[in-house]
Amino acid sequence: MTTPTSPEFEAIKSLKQINREEFILPGTAICGGCGGLEALRLAAKVIGPKVVYVNAAGCFTLLATFPYTPFKGSWLYTSMASAAAGAQGVRDALDVLIARGKLSDSEDIDVVVVAGDGSTYDMALSSTSGAIFRGLNFWYFCYDNESYGNTGMQMSSATPYGVRTQTTPVGEKARAGTEHGKKDLFEIWRAHRPAYLATVSPRFPIDLTNKFLEAKQLRGPKLFIAHAPCPTGWLYEPELTADYARSAVETGMFALKKAIDGVVTHTYVPRRKISVEEYLRGQGRYRHLFEPTRNDEAIQKIQAQVDRYWAEVHETTGAAR
Amino acid sequence: MSQRQLLTGNAAAAWGARLADVDYIPAFPITPQTEIIELLAQWVANGLMPARFTTMDSEHSMLTAAGAAAATGARVFTATSSQGLLYGFEVLYTIAGWRVPLVLVNVSRALASPISLEADHNDILSARDSGFLQIHAETCQEVLDSILMAYRLAEDQNVMLPVLVNLDGFTLSFTREPVVVPTVAEVAEFLPAYQPRHAFLRGDQPMAQGTAVLGGSLYSYFRYQQHRAQQHALAVHDVVAEEFAARFGRRYDVVDPFQLDDADYVLVMSNAMATKGRAAVECWRSQGKKVGLLRLRLLRPFPTHAIATALTGRKAVAVIDQNLAPGLGGITYQEIVTALYHEKTRPPVVSIIGGLGGKDISDAEFEVALSDMEHAAAGEAVAGPRLLYTKAEQERMRTLLKIAGKEVAI
Repeated sequence: MTTPTSPEFEAIKSLKQINREEFILPGTAICGGCGGLEALRLAAKVIGPKVVYVNAAGCFTLLATFPYTPFKGSWLYTSMASAAAGAQGVRDALDVLIARGKLSDSEDIDVVVVAGDGSTYDMALSSTSGAIFRGLNFWYFCYDNESYGNTGMQMSSATPYGVRTQTTPVGEKARAGTEHGKKDLFEIWRAHRPAYLATVSPRFPIDLTNKFLEAKQLRGPKLFIAHAPCPTGWLYEPELTADYARSAVETGMFALKKAIDGVVTHTYVPRRKISVEEYLRGQGRYRHLFEPTRNDEAIQKIQAQVDRYWAEVHETTGAAR
Repeated sequence: MSQRQLLTGNAAAAWGARLADVDYIPAFPITPQTEIIELLAQWVANGLMPARFTTMDSEHSMLTAAGAAAATGARVFTATSSQGLLYGFEVLYTIAGWRVPLVLVNVSRALASPISLEADHNDILSARDSGFLQIHAETCQEVLDSILMAYRLAEDQNVMLPVLVNLDGFTLSFTREPVVVPTVAEVAEFLPAYQPRHAFLRGDQPMAQGTAVLGGSLYSYFRYQQHRAQQHALAVHDVVAEEFAARFGRRYDVVDPFQLDDADYVLVMSNAMATKGRAAVECWRSQGKKVGLLRLRLLRPFPTHAIATALTGRKAVAVIDQNLAPGLGGITYQEIVTALYHEKTRPPVVSIIGGLGGKDISDAEFEVALSDMEHAAAGEAVAGPRLLYTKAEQERMRTLLKIAGKEVAI
């Protein structure tokens, strides 16, 4: 097997090179400080206006509420479990209408699934697997706020260990809150060998933009997991979204990486080791680990998970620690 | 020249889709529907249909893809059955709410549990409130013809709703009958290519579809619109039926009367089992008994007026439901009785449950239906619903229960 090479594209180096035009306009019903919306706004700057966003039930369903839409492109709300199947229907329809001469090439559009982690990691796992398996030429944008956010912060399979949610409350018999670890969706998706797969953070706009630019060169499934710090559910002040988005990456809790045809590259390796506490502290969803008494066992477990992840990365890539 | 072919109900359904020149077929296999998608897959593979065929990962995905493709502007066909219809159930309401036209064939099969394969109508009737129009076919010819009519109905500017066409599993899906297959040219004149004017996705005209609404006032407006569209569909059906009859020589009205003109007693039935009902009527007629049959064909919109007109003034009516709403009784019985409620000369109506899970309705059981009607006509109270079951079936069940280690009185 030959190692697939990165597709040719002009990478940007500074914020000034990011497209100034907006394709998702302000004034929506989404919470102030939503990290997911900022990531989508940046992604849209690459994807452009000739697009249909195919949505699954979640926070972003409230973006388009009759008769308003913030998008310059089109929108189709489907269901919670089947946005990728909706994308399949749209893409197939566009392809056959163009092939039959019923639609001109110039009227073609990109198809972008927009779904939260509750849909993506849980209900829609099989329908998305089906779309990737079929090699569907589409984008998938998962805004991952690590919970069922729109229903008020319940545990999803994207919720990390140690998070308190409304359905994994903290109590005498459940000191850590969520006992399960976050499902490794990146690896599940990678096993399908999609054309392009990446994690992105709204606080790393150049990395994000370059990944979308790179993916744009490819046909097939282009899948993105966007870290989506959520002031409403994670319980911090909205203006701190950028800080938490950054510390998630700098502590190594959220790894920025990509996989082209299954081959993984970490696009940002945190240089100096910062304790996960930098990220956990201050977020209401982790407060029980620090107050009223410190839960060292849980904090150490989180740190150990992060350390182990990066140790494995360094082992496989041979990169310096 | 149109051709006469010996086709199964499933093959007739596939021919309907082929002649409708559909653009897109998302598919998922389920017995007894699978033959439909296998035929279509073969025709697409052979280049006989310029459509796109995609095997999906479930009926839920299949119906989502179907609706999304219709919302993009394609003419879409798909098919399912039983558990598959229920697996994709939420999407039925979603598609109807999108107000996009497509045709979904359901091959009726009893619902689990217990899991089974043969026909009854609990699957299709569960979708009666989904916003889909429903046409129930009795013969293989009617399956093909109904699909063509269904596209005309669905794509009419005053309707813009999806249509379910139902045929019975096994008794019709796997039964070969002579079917007149019209030519592509004949069908193209009756059913021109779909021109999406309300719902489409294109680069030059962005459109937000399926958006959320906040508040009951907006929601109610859109739901009422669906009801209005269904009401319009009744009038549109008459126009479509008239034109279909003129072009093809076969007429399908919203209800199908048989030996009804002078009938004192009327059986109300639907789908393939109605053919056995016709045989029973012919037998009674040969004995000089004035019995007729009213076959329900268009179930949504419900043709209240046509049904009331057909049944008022009769001595008695028996509704044979091939379905069961446990704790209530027959589903169509409730609707027939409602249709008659405001009529001054409404007949007594008895409720009979038969043919569940493909169970036969024997001659003796038809006799019970007539006897119930005669008693009702004589003013006697007839308790319902009557659950048909023969002595022989009871004996057999007793034996099976014994083998299962259950000695119970039945």
